[in-house]
Amino acid sequence: MDIFGIPIQALMGQLLIGLINGSFYAILSLGLAIIFGLLNIINFSHGALYMMGAFVAWIGLTYLGINYWVALVAVPVVVGIFGMIIERTMLKHLYRLDHLYGLLLTFGLALIIEGLFRYRFGISGESYPVPELLSGGFNLGFMFLPKYRAWVIAVSLVVCFGSWYIIERTKLGSYLRAGTENPQLLQAFGINVPLMITLTYGFGVALAAFAGVLAAPVFQVNPVMGSNLIIVVFAVVVIGGMGSIMGSIVTGLGLGLIEGLTRVFYPEASAVVIFVIMGIVLLMRPAGLFGRER
Amino acid sequence: MKPRTLASAIAAAALVAQPMLAQSATISDGVVKLGVLTDMSGTYSDLAGPGAVEATRMAIEDFIANEKPDFKIEMVSADHQNKADISANKAREWIDTQKVDAIVDLVTTSTALAVMKVANEKNRISLVTGAGSTPITNEQCNDTTVHWAYDTYSLPVGTAKAVVQQGGKSWYFITADYAFGHSLEKNTADVVKKSGGKVLGSVRHPFPGSDFSSFLLSAQASGAQVIGLANAGNDTINSIKQAREFGITPKQSLAGLLMFISDVHSLGLDATAGMYLTTGFYWDHNDETRAWSKRYFDKMKRMPTMVQAADYSTVYHYLKAVKSAGTDEAKAVMAKMRETPVNDFFAKNGQVRADGRMVHDMYLAQVKKPSESKYPWDYYHIRQVIPGAEAFIPPAESTCPLMKK
Amino acid sequence: MKGKNIGWIVLLVLGLVAPFLVYPVLVMKILCFSLFACAFNLLLGYTGLLSFGHAAFLGWAGYTCGYAMKELGLSPELGLLAGTAAAAALGFVFGSLAIRRSGIYFAMVTLALAQLMYFLALQFPFTGGEDGLQGVPRGHLFGLVDLSQTMKMYYFVLAVFLGGFWVIDRAIHSPFGQVLKAIRENEPRAISLGYDVDRYKLLAFVLSAALSGLAGATKTLVFQLASLTDVHWHMSGEIVLMTLLGGMGTVFGPIVGATVVVGLQNYGAELGQWVSVLTGVIFVICVLAFRRGIVGELAALIKRSGIRM
Repeated sequence: MDIFGIPIQALMGQLLIGLINGSFYAILSLGLAIIFGLLNIINFSHGALYMMGAFVAWIGLTYLGINYWVALVAVPVVVGIFGMIIERTMLKHLYRLDHLYGLLLTFGLALIIEGLFRYRFGISGESYPVPELLSGGFNLGFMFLPKYRAWVIAVSLVVCFGSWYIIERTKLGSYLRAGTENPQLLQAFGINVPLMITLTYGFGVALAAFAGVLAAPVFQVNPVMGSNLIIVVFAVVVIGGMGSIMGSIVTGLGLGLIEGLTRVFYPEASAVVIFVIMGIVLLMRPAGLFGRER
Repeated sequence: MKPRTLASAIAAAALVAQPMLAQSATISDGVVKLGVLTDMSGTYSDLAGPGAVEATRMAIEDFIANEKPDFKIEMVSADHQNKADISANKAREWIDTQKVDAIVDLVTTSTALAVMKVANEKNRISLVTGAGSTPITNEQCNDTTVHWAYDTYSLPVGTAKAVVQQGGKSWYFITADYAFGHSLEKNTADVVKKSGGKVLGSVRHPFPGSDFSSFLLSAQASGAQVIGLANAGNDTINSIKQAREFGITPKQSLAGLLMFISDVHSLGLDATAGMYLTTGFYWDHNDETRAWSKRYFDKMKRMPTMVQAADYSTVYHYLKAVKSAGTDEAKAVMAKMRETPVNDFFAKNGQVRADGRMVHDMYLAQVKKPSESKYPWDYYHIRQVIPGAEAFIPPAESTCPLMKK
Repeated sequence: MKGKNIGWIVLLVLGLVAPFLVYPVLVMKILCFSLFACAFNLLLGYTGLLSFGHAAFLGWAGYTCGYAMKELGLSPELGLLAGTAAAAALGFVFGSLAIRRSGIYFAMVTLALAQLMYFLALQFPFTGGEDGLQGVPRGHLFGLVDLSQTMKMYYFVLAVFLGGFWVIDRAIHSPFGQVLKAIRENEPRAISLGYDVDRYKLLAFVLSAALSGLAGATKTLVFQLASLTDVHWHMSGEIVLMTLLGGMGTVFGPIVGATVVVGLQNYGAELGQWVSVLTGVIFVICVLAFRRGIVGELAALIKRSGIRM
């Protein structure tokens, strides 16, 4: 069966791959959205932290024998702590200033982190093996889906919707949301707002690192993997609405699908279609598809 | 930072404007300086990179020991990161301020094309080994460039023909989206069609790439028997790895249109066994190649690829030409390089043509099965020797103006 | 006022002397980036608008000029004009779309548009994709002066830079510039005073884009190559760094910033990736401690010490 002259098999296959990419976009933009929504910081170092997650996992495997499953939990914690240190030492000085400075600082941090890794590891990248349990695949008829990639989709959905639930539906989440609206009032209620902010940044960073560990067996672990991805993720967050958690998840997955679709019809444009959409959305609905005007 | 007097600035400008001034009877600045411009840390660093620098160094040391020249020889090197602008600027700076006379390696076609132009304008020589596209010796040829190891015309003459003859009649290409990939795809498609095969389609991937899953899926959807990988280095490695992951491989076969022994080493024999590839050099081919390669291995702990071997060969040939010409002025040296046949471990009766192409025999190799490999780096069966005249574009078909005589 | 005159004199002297002390092609690169940074500063430092897409103007002016020189055989002054005009037109389009938003959204729109231009640069055959537009001839200025000679090219570039810089300087110190500063300080108040704020912003944007284009076209002539690096978003990031480092909102700051960054990249080339790290460190330190940039901090120091300028 053909749709627009493309066999449905090809279409389904590309959509599925688009969904896999979309899962990464979703987790990464979720982290960005959390950091922006709750801290008002545009975290340009998000890509570099994602890369750090992948590399720390690789280093752990190669030198310390830490396997994938342990890394999935340990690496986000390690990198998250690193993020919290950055927040405590540098970011907190910028909250009262223009957005611009947070962006520039994190951009500078990205340059430092990437430069260091590039110096140590070169750009050609290291390979990270797919864990035994997840090797092989499912024959879906229209394509052969490696088990690992199915796992990526599944785990991303769990993590994304889990985070959304925590933030939008639990008491802890309500404190976080209150903290952005009116930190003084919240502090007056006895909540340690600065600590909460630090932990939130750490959580956002941990999400990025988690995506990095997930990505390691799929993409090559190399120092520029983050910078290739970061502006796409930014586009996703902007389209979804910069402070909206659900917006970034849905948009991330959706844009992955659209990218996959574009690959079928006009492959070269797949890199730019997200930006075209971003431009259109910004001009028509500036707060994003799900966002609220600030 | 060197202090530059007004006089030397004017002299430099004058030299640029009139390249044949003075200097032709002597070695400029008293030293012959080579600049190795290659990819030190990226996609192509394993097949060229630091190995290229080492091979050049070996050539210089051997030349000094064997020929005892009366001029000094020096070397500098830099990482061009596969970018045309960085290469062009580095070449320009080297020539203007560091007295570099010849530039070596230039892996990645875009860098080679850019540097060739700058060098030609300033009357310096480009010794191209790493880059492969045919425009280097056709549309964009010039009289101060030599192209040593291989090119995208010669590769399919071996690989594609053999694969089609083995039954791989329908092809689909996954192509690196830059000059080299396009060139390789076109040359291969021509050979496939001439040998009686069919091209079902192609898809271009950004260079360098990392995730080839969607492109492999397109290839799978086409139903082609052979998926031609018109890319190189890490791109090829990842394409092959991911093809296995997605279960594309046993059903459809992969043709690595440009593969180096470094790729096979990286992937391992179970991933590559049975694949055909065309190469200008194999370390284990005969005693001479083994002897040289062992010396290289002692320094680099890896066996040389054809690019690294070519770097040695071309630099040595260049230095011999400088000695016999008595000068390092580009046109005189080029004339000597063309006059003298190339006879070393890399090539027998190799000839540098008017378009800069060094014509030599190429080899069709097939990767061994793991069970057939008896010692480290024992990777290839050499199935066929392709004589130089057949391997490279015949003079009649060349689009280089220098070939019309 | 005197401080500014001193600045101009220093600039002129350095400009005339530098090629004899330092590799002229390097000085030309610094001049081009200085012009680019000054043009960018007009928008960021004086109007308060952060654009993340200025690389589009630099790069596309370069491609246009390169095409004009190589394929159409125009002389260099016409090539530069073509490049500048292309950038101005592009700036008009970008500006009209971006100005509808403010703050980070403005920046994101410019980024989206610049990515679109990057994609076009990759796809259009004439730009040469990864190879870039190579072999751009320098031509004969006004049909007379052969620019392939380094020193002649240098004086031409110096003249172009000084011309562009003069335009920016005049713009900043004109009533137009005052309105821009007012918009940066307090936009609602400027609106309430009756200024058509959007028109001023657009004009500033187009001017900034045009002069960035002039820098890009000149750079293409210097290196005889226009490549993707010039339209990549990293370039947009670099120009922000140069401006911030030198001093946003100062006249000479961007020149200092450009000189430092280009110098660092050039002399640090042996250090390889450490240049990136060092650049990042400078960025971070600037944001945390030296938000006024080198020139800004210097000016504040002089003011504090009571020296009359």
